[in-house]
Amino acid sequence: MSELRAQLREWRAAVQKRLPPWWSRALAGSLIAIGIVLPFLFSSSSGFMNATIIAVTYAVMSLGLNVVVGFAGLLDLGYVAFYALGAYSLGWFGSGFFFKEHIHVLVSPIASTLQGVHLNFILILISAAIICAVAGALIGLPTLRLRGDYIAIVTLAFGEIIGVLAVNGQSVRIGSGGMTLTAGNLGISAVDAPYFPGIGSFSLLDLRPWYWLIFAILLVVLFVNLRLRDSRLGRAWVALREDEIAAVSMGIPLVRTKLLAYSIGAAFGGMSGAFFGTYYTVVNAGQFQFGFSIFILAMVIIGGLGSIWGAIIGGLTLGYINNYLIPDVLNGLPSHFGLNFQLTQVEFGIFGFLLVIMMVLRPQGLIPERRRRLELTAEIAAGDAQFMESPGTAGGAT
Amino acid sequence: MSSLDTPERSAVAVLRAEHITKNFGGLVAVSDVSVDVPQYSIVSLIGPNGAGKTTLFNMLTGLYRPTEGRILLGERDITRGRPDVITRYGVARTFQNIRLFGAMTAVENVMIGHHTRMRAGLFGSIFRPPGVRREERETRARARELLAYVGLREPVFDQLASQLPYGDQRRVEIARALASEPRLLLLDEPTAGMNPRESQALTEFMRQLRDELKLTILLIEHDMKVVMGVSERVTVLDYGKKIAEGPPAEVRADPGVIEAYLGRQE
Repeated sequence: MSELRAQLREWRAAVQKRLPPWWSRALAGSLIAIGIVLPFLFSSSSGFMNATIIAVTYAVMSLGLNVVVGFAGLLDLGYVAFYALGAYSLGWFGSGFFFKEHIHVLVSPIASTLQGVHLNFILILISAAIICAVAGALIGLPTLRLRGDYIAIVTLAFGEIIGVLAVNGQSVRIGSGGMTLTAGNLGISAVDAPYFPGIGSFSLLDLRPWYWLIFAILLVVLFVNLRLRDSRLGRAWVALREDEIAAVSMGIPLVRTKLLAYSIGAAFGGMSGAFFGTYYTVVNAGQFQFGFSIFILAMVIIGGLGSIWGAIIGGLTLGYINNYLIPDVLNGLPSHFGLNFQLTQVEFGIFGFLLVIMMVLRPQGLIPERRRRLELTAEIAAGDAQFMESPGTAGGAT
Repeated sequence: MSSLDTPERSAVAVLRAEHITKNFGGLVAVSDVSVDVPQYSIVSLIGPNGAGKTTLFNMLTGLYRPTEGRILLGERDITRGRPDVITRYGVARTFQNIRLFGAMTAVENVMIGHHTRMRAGLFGSIFRPPGVRREERETRARARELLAYVGLREPVFDQLASQLPYGDQRRVEIARALASEPRLLLLDEPTAGMNPRESQALTEFMRQLRDELKLTILLIEHDMKVVMGVSERVTVLDYGKKIAEGPPAEVRADPGVIEAYLGRQE
């Protein structure tokens, strides 16, 4: 087995050596091109297109959580809070919810006649990112002195608080005109569809523009992730993850570095939340369940903790399984065997099973992070070396 | 004894710890210790296990806050400074049990040491203007230089720190400390686990550091050969108290020190 792996490694190294230096750029370029033309291969309002849009949005969330959990090693179990805040940013700034106000910035001609706050979707996206970045820093503050599981507990509580706030926000009055903070389980409905001058408003009859929009967001988030990973800040995150005491002794400011990880991860969560808000056309408190935090965490772990490409693959995989494979393709499967249930009813069981299988067969994730891969291969090499030596000298050599 | 309580005030003390006390609950780990480290000197801190040497180091680098006392770096009071700020002011350290970042390569470890001298912020890191690119390139080149300077060779530069042999890990740790461009270098048992020949080489290297990089070195050491060979001054701690201080020969002859190390002669 290990011989086979060594052989594979050798081949991969040989292939990489022969490829011209521009191959990675060419690969990236062609992947983007494929991503852009993809919707022309499918009907513009098919279930698969819908699943693709949701899966890409999951990938954005997964990339965001990967900054916090993967890069900085801060286990965050309340990531759904940023989905919620992002979605509410859209509800607040892109609908008639604050009906006493009349604010319109770069919106469609129809929306500009309506009451409420109506901002252009790009502006909402930016404000969602800012709101979530601030919230991310706030949640980060009480966890600074905590480690590992304790961080998870605090973030979990924060996620729950936001969820409860979303439900009960309909009793929180703003101003004197009867406006409230949220609409609780009724939801903020009739939110604006994205509108761009020259292109027009998006419609749910044609899903392609939605896809291109979230694909563009994915590219931006991906770019930021790649740049941060190989930067002064990215190194500092890894150092803090590896050994906090050594890291601060080497001059890494603990508070600022950790809060930046929380804020950046939260900002991405907020952006995808805002997109989901407009795509689902409603911002409903019931959408923000604890289970969703775990769902995103599962994407990051299945993809490979700390791995950027892994986070994308993890998000897409679970997105497609959740929104296409189970409800559209396999849903009727049990009835073929005479069983009286639908597959969507047991989807959490399926995810749990997949996660367990994954942990047994490939604990490092689908696409492991470079560092972890190095560690693992080095361990295998060390294991081989020890096997070659006689047992007596193996202990003495190390 | 009174000369111990008020250390001689040399004109250019890089570091001056005044009457430092540290309590952990009821335990007094360090009690009323004063140390002066003159510029360009090598000062040793010795004492039996549990004497409070590493605790003192942790206070000097900001990991612990002294219960009482004052720490001056040059003219600057760093008693309550954060560790990263103290590093920026020019204090770097190594650890008794090596604390490298195992999942990072040797070069990356040393680049972390340079973190505090770099300027790229969040948006600089994302957009990478030419200044940030240059800074990153220079930091990488400097890290390789430093690794070569501490005596490592090219093949190990890009290996994971956790995969390096013990002696090389010690060297990487010193290179990482040097990368922060310190004025004062704190070495916590740098020769632990080394054979006599390696210890001798390290002793010479410490002198070289002082002379070439104009460093001041404070070290914790158990190997008396190293201590006597390299240090201009020696401070002896026992049960958290300073029991002797002075040139190595003087300290070695001090009855209190002999007693602390060997026990009382009946």
